[in-house]
Amino acid sequence: MAIRILVGVKRAIDYAVKVQVKTDKSGVVTEGVKHSMNPFDEIAVEEAIRLKEKKVAQEVIALSCGPAQCQETLRTALALGADRAIHVEVTGKDYEMLQPLAISKLIAAVAKKENVDLVLLGKLAIDDDSNQTGQMVAGLLSWPQAVFASKVDIKDKTAEVMREIDGGSETLRVKLPAVITSDLRLNQPRFANLPSIQKAKKKPMAKMSPKDLGVDIKPHQEYLSYEEPPKRQGGGRVANVDELISKLKEKGLI
Amino acid sequence: MSTNIGSSLFTLSESHEMLRKTCRDFADRELKPIAAKLDKTHEYPTDIVKKLGDLGLMCVEVDEELGGSGLDSLAYAIAMEEISRGCASCGVIMSVNNSLYLGPITKYGNKQQHEQFVKPFLNGERVGCFALSEPGNGSDAGAASTIVKEHNKTNYIMNGTKAWITNGYEAEATVVFATTDKSLKHKGISAFIVKKPTDGLSLGKKEDKLGIKASSTCNLIFEDCIVPKENLLGKQGDGFKIAMATLDSGRIGIAAQALGIAQAALECALDYARKREVFGKQLTQLQAIQMKLADMEVRLQSARLLTWKAASLKSQGESYTKFAAMAKLAASECATFNAHQAIQILGGMGYVSDMPAERHYRDARITEIYEGTSEIQRLVIAGNLIKEYSATNA
Repeated sequence: MAIRILVGVKRAIDYAVKVQVKTDKSGVVTEGVKHSMNPFDEIAVEEAIRLKEKKVAQEVIALSCGPAQCQETLRTALALGADRAIHVEVTGKDYEMLQPLAISKLIAAVAKKENVDLVLLGKLAIDDDSNQTGQMVAGLLSWPQAVFASKVDIKDKTAEVMREIDGGSETLRVKLPAVITSDLRLNQPRFANLPSIQKAKKKPMAKMSPKDLGVDIKPHQEYLSYEEPPKRQGGGRVANVDELISKLKEKGLI
Repeated sequence: MSTNIGSSLFTLSESHEMLRKTCRDFADRELKPIAAKLDKTHEYPTDIVKKLGDLGLMCVEVDEELGGSGLDSLAYAIAMEEISRGCASCGVIMSVNNSLYLGPITKYGNKQQHEQFVKPFLNGERVGCFALSEPGNGSDAGAASTIVKEHNKTNYIMNGTKAWITNGYEAEATVVFATTDKSLKHKGISAFIVKKPTDGLSLGKKEDKLGIKASSTCNLIFEDCIVPKENLLGKQGDGFKIAMATLDSGRIGIAAQALGIAQAALECALDYARKREVFGKQLTQLQAIQMKLADMEVRLQSARLLTWKAASLKSQGESYTKFAAMAKLAASECATFNAHQAIQILGGMGYVSDMPAERHYRDARITEIYEGTSEIQRLVIAGNLIKEYSATNA
């Protein structure tokens, strides 16, 4: 039986943007800044579409949590091949304070509601680098997880996933339903082609609120301040190897 | 084909915006990194053309029933600008296939011709070309000297030379304009589709151009070339009309190509001006530079509005000849202006191939010449303007 997949997509600041910290240190500047789908989510969407093309999956549902602009990101997922989209609307201060645990609760609620066999997410979002959501969704649902996937094979309701780990790679076998998060080498995402962009306009997009899902999104952490990383210092030149060794000793590096 | 664009001139509809983003991402990821190499090696980008085909960009306005992307003229203009911003050579290859080859055949061709000469040319595996100009006449298109005569019951025979044909080397078919009776002047010209390769059709040498070097440009030489009668495009004697209507549409594409080059040149100048420091300030803080940047931006935005207006008129089925000519004129002169100023802002760095400014300068120059020189555009604009005025004023 072909499976049904829920793919999470996040609207994040575009990777090429030079991020600036707000002058009051309360966050980063997002007004008027280019946003696009989190690159790891693009990889997750691509994997879901490939599973559909291989006839392993019969339906791909795209999900995003946030303000109205998330619908653009969802339309992109539809243009790439997702069948329908769900927009969980969170706006204003609620959105500013929306944290991975709350998002995980929302994703878990939708996964249960839609009765999917697989939740595919990016391993992390390039704005906060949290790398928590996939793991927490699995925890909340009591589903197995295989994160940092670089290869996914699904057969007979079982997923064999090769994961990128510090020492190299490891292969896990997990029973569906499960949560898988994508790593960089999982695939090379496609570009949406013109006919798909046209078709995406007609695909259904449902809107709901955290309340509709019975989820309390109250934050559990308070962000105290944001700062830029220290400015890169210039290097120095040394005359010979002896000087190099003494300099390294000076800095306590050897 | 959609006639309801859903965009005003000032904001794009969601689907146009998504198209723009897709094309821009594609250009940034696939075209920008190789544009300099393509320019150096003059290499025809076969893989890129296939990828453009996969995206549906080689047949933007062709009806979905024929297998095309079924989008409107504004979508075409947006796609052309974004692709050309990445690589102007890829832009012209795409433009010729869309406007000059598929354009007339989808509009004036019959079912057989659609099957044989449209359907296989949609996905980037094959491209077509358009042969109007000759060594003896470019602007004076009515003076065509390529002759076509009846050969037998089923064929014509064609003799003559066509010049400056973009995609000449790679094209697997061409739309050709030839005369059956020179005494009838432009009314004697008919349009034909000729398959390539074909006996009696040979290619001249590849021209060594100043810019758009990755696209091939050459002569098409017809020597007793047999052309089946079923390859007559439209009615006999309609050739000139077909050519002019086709060029009207092509001008929107070329205007968009020029916009892409102009935008790339402006961005190159802005990027450099923000980082370069002289006299204790960034270039962007110096008024002489600010004046240039402002002029570049005004011309670019103006040309873009003219281009979108022409596209919008076309999609609504209204007469768009004057606006297409205005768009092409404004955009091409903007491209050469912006590229010139970009080199000036970059100074010595603008003169070397380490920076793309010099390539934009060379790529921009042709946009004022092909598909109707700037002088011809002015004639078209003035002619239409005078006609419009005379129609409503005694």
